[in-house]
Amino acid sequence: MQYCGDFRTTYEKDIKILQTPFIKVCMALFLAFLLVVPQFLKGEYLWILLQIMIAVIGAVGINILTGFTGQISLGQGAFLGVGAYTSAYVTAKMGLSFWVGVPAAGLVTAMCGMVFGIPSLRLKGLYLAIATLASQFILEWIFVRWEPVTGGSYGITIPRPSIGGYTFGSDLSYYYIVFVVAVVMVLFAVNLMRTKTGRAFMAVRDHYISAEIMGINLYKYRLLSFGISSFYAGVAGALFGHSLKFVTSEQFNIEVSVVYLAMIIIGGLGSIMGSIFGAVFMILLPKILSVFTMFVSADFPSVAKLAIAFEHGIFGLIIVLFLIFEPDGFAHRWKMVKAYWKLYPFSY
Amino acid sequence: MTTQYLMQLVISGLVIGSIYSAVALGFVIIYKATRVVNFAQGELLMVGAYVCYAFLVQMHVPFWAALLLTILFSMILAMSVERLILRPMIGEPIISIIMVTIGLALVFRSIVSAIWGTEILVYEPKLFPQQMVNIGGLPVSLEFVWCFVLSVFLLAVFSVFFKYSKAGVAMRATAFNQQVAQSMGISVKHIFALSWIISAVVSGIGGVLIGNINGINSSLYHFGLKVFPATILGGLDSILGAALGGLIIGILENLSDGVFKAYFDLSGVKEVVPFVFLVIILMIKPYGLFGTKEIERV
Repeated sequence: MQYCGDFRTTYEKDIKILQTPFIKVCMALFLAFLLVVPQFLKGEYLWILLQIMIAVIGAVGINILTGFTGQISLGQGAFLGVGAYTSAYVTAKMGLSFWVGVPAAGLVTAMCGMVFGIPSLRLKGLYLAIATLASQFILEWIFVRWEPVTGGSYGITIPRPSIGGYTFGSDLSYYYIVFVVAVVMVLFAVNLMRTKTGRAFMAVRDHYISAEIMGINLYKYRLLSFGISSFYAGVAGALFGHSLKFVTSEQFNIEVSVVYLAMIIIGGLGSIMGSIFGAVFMILLPKILSVFTMFVSADFPSVAKLAIAFEHGIFGLIIVLFLIFEPDGFAHRWKMVKAYWKLYPFSY
Repeated sequence: MTTQYLMQLVISGLVIGSIYSAVALGFVIIYKATRVVNFAQGELLMVGAYVCYAFLVQMHVPFWAALLLTILFSMILAMSVERLILRPMIGEPIISIIMVTIGLALVFRSIVSAIWGTEILVYEPKLFPQQMVNIGGLPVSLEFVWCFVLSVFLLAVFSVFFKYSKAGVAMRATAFNQQVAQSMGISVKHIFALSWIISAVVSGIGGVLIGNINGINSSLYHFGLKVFPATILGGLDSILGAALGGLIIGILENLSDGVFKAYFDLSGVKEVVPFVFLVIILMIKPYGLFGTKEIERV
């Protein structure tokens, strides 16, 4: 959208990430806020912020695949799991450091994602959704059964990262590692979408036949998208595993895949900003629901059991209502709000 | 491993497979008419089983009345789901529709577990006699036979319905091309509602049958997941395919489970074999045995 007084004379100006000095200041303030605020957060609040950061990485990953390339994936949960188990194996069983484990997790998951992405060469839409659903169940089964590597149903205990003699034992110090990784990966994704590769992804999504006619190698870009997306999932999974210091198969079941898919749909498909909104919303939602349940059950103990059973139902209901009433997600709403204020009070 | 053991596996596979067929049939009916991928199909089965339990055991209604009431309930449920949730979604991208049915599934599951809890509940009195009969020298429980016969009957009824009845032909026409169907005087809205109703009823009956054999608990919706291997194998929009696919998946998972247990000492293969099979089918024959091939020309 172009507004009056919004003059862009070169292409470079048009594709700038931070368009105006005002936005630059806002962004700097926001990052500073994220750096400072954990100092004042305690216990669970810090933990929630940490989980949001990890979820942002995973959500950006699945948005690259589903939102930008149009390949529906119901296997994100399992790919997070592959990352977490890889990092766990590398750090706990091979005794290497966290700094090797996380990149290794990314790479192994990328390979794994590309293997399960092979059906995407022939399938699309619904068929691909079902294929990725199958990959979710197959991987989950492997997590439980491949005991020498995954520890079976007992799981693996893994350490927090350390450098030199310093261990990032507390949630606060670990938060800063996750923060840096998240910022770098979000920036990478934003920039990726401005390159030829990113444009090719979007062309494949919008009309793959036209894209192919224009000389885009469908197979290459679909597989690449699976690879990059799974790399994000792997890193997010590894960071998640190290944050809990424990990895077991239940953390990566189909519900996790559903949550991640819900994140990007509620946030906004094909929008990095949307992934961030979605991640924040979906991590906060269960917490808010459980606080709500606590209040309700304190006043009406008889409905407490009911309310706990309904927690999942409310979660599902919110997804349904969102899709009916706000199908373009938060990112769209955000744009509308911004546009409204940009021209306020003269909206013409 | 004896032949008798193998036969036993095949027969119990057939019974479970016939339930898969019923659920897959429901899935295919909705997909065929409305192009909605229903991830809540297993939940429809679960709701049917629980509602029948409520009538039969908790309210002491005779079985035939309980079954009729369950069917009625499934119809109303399906109609409201279609009207309130799926109709606003017409024209939305496929991912939104998938997501909305997943959300719906979560809602159903939580309502069921809120009302009936998560323990195993058993139908009392049993619908079918508990005797054993001999089939080809094998003792088979009579309720298995009944279950199988009823499922096959359902499948037959619906194949005939789609082939010869006016509503069935209208549904096929809608599946083929909605605009053309509409211009021929078919109410597409009614067809959508009808397909949801049929689908919910078929799944609900499947739920009642499985409730009779195994009892019901809150993980009954897992049946809905096996729909995907079954329908992909048979072809997503083929009634016959759904029926055959369900049976084949049922036999396959039971056989492989038995074989892996006996030879490789590996249990729990049951949960994963259908999905491995699914990926293989998708790679070599994505439109299944009887599915319509989508041909794209530029």
